[in-house]
Amino acid sequence: MSEIRVIEIKESIFADNDREADRIRTRLKEEKTFLLNLMSSPGSGKTTTLLRTIEALKEEIRIGVMEADIDSLVDAEKIAGTGVRSIQLHTGGMCHLDAGMTEQGLDEIGTEDLDLVVLENVGNLVCPAEFDTGAVKNAMILSVPEGHDKPLKYPLIFTVCDALIINKIDVLPYFDFDMEKVKEYALMRNPRLEIFPVSAKTGEGIDAWCDWLKGQLRDHGCSGFV
Amino acid sequence: MHELGIVTYVARSVERVAEENGIHRVAEVVLEIGEVSGIVADYLIDCWDYFRGRYTALSESSLRCETLKAVTWCDHCKKEYPTVQYGRVCPYCGSERTWLLTGNECNIREIAVWDEEEDDE
Repeated sequence: MSEIRVIEIKESIFADNDREADRIRTRLKEEKTFLLNLMSSPGSGKTTTLLRTIEALKEEIRIGVMEADIDSLVDAEKIAGTGVRSIQLHTGGMCHLDAGMTEQGLDEIGTEDLDLVVLENVGNLVCPAEFDTGAVKNAMILSVPEGHDKPLKYPLIFTVCDALIINKIDVLPYFDFDMEKVKEYALMRNPRLEIFPVSAKTGEGIDAWCDWLKGQLRDHGCSGFV
Repeated sequence: MHELGIVTYVARSVERVAEENGIHRVAEVVLEIGEVSGIVADYLIDCWDYFRGRYTALSESSLRCETLKAVTWCDHCKKEYPTVQYGRVCPYCGSERTWLLTGNECNIREIAVWDEEEDDE
């Protein structure tokens, strides 16, 4: 006769993923490779901002890019044009990347001779925020046309990020976007957030963002910075 | 939207626990879902019924979701209040300096298994 028995587990469903993410961070620390997880909604100018960043840094830093997309090679082809190493990760319909998928990507791109790997996450402000990818730091891009109320609507992503890039400031005159309000709302959710207003199109503000990134790489012990 | 993704994590975790405990058949998996986690329990159950077949130990199991109340803390007046009813603004003092205490969880609380020790070997 079989009987029913209850086994208590009491564990977050994210626990396995979080453990895997910590393992990735330990590995990256040893390899002195910095992994940046870049998140945003679709159309915020993530790839254009990344192209600007690569242009500004590629002479000093060895960069690799992992493009996550549900499908297609559109972004990976643009990045490949800059000459930096890049791979495309397909999430197979999933709305986010997790630590396991990130680790496969790191193995595929080969991290030993790279200082900086940028993971361009799936365009989405909800799900990517819930899954730790194992990145050393998280950054997100919010663009002016999306509106200054996004920190109120999608608080979690603002909470898990270390840096917030506010893109498309060149179109500020045409939108009712309140720069002071967005800073106030974002800092309310995350007081230690670093904020960089930029225009990936004109290049304005990109220097300050790149300086922050270089500071992070230095703290991580990446070669060329020690 | 990411319910199927969540189900894959739950199935993997439960399968691991089952294996560690020498369990061949899981009867029920109980989750605790926070009220404002954005997870839709009905979708989760549909996804489970579709996905469980991939794991022998889980193929006859059902998924049950229990809701955890969402509670917000006001840092200004140091009081707690129900999140769903009042949102981000404290109903006592009107402050926006508020934080979610509970309500964003997605935990595997327990599993019920058929004890088959005597059938073993």
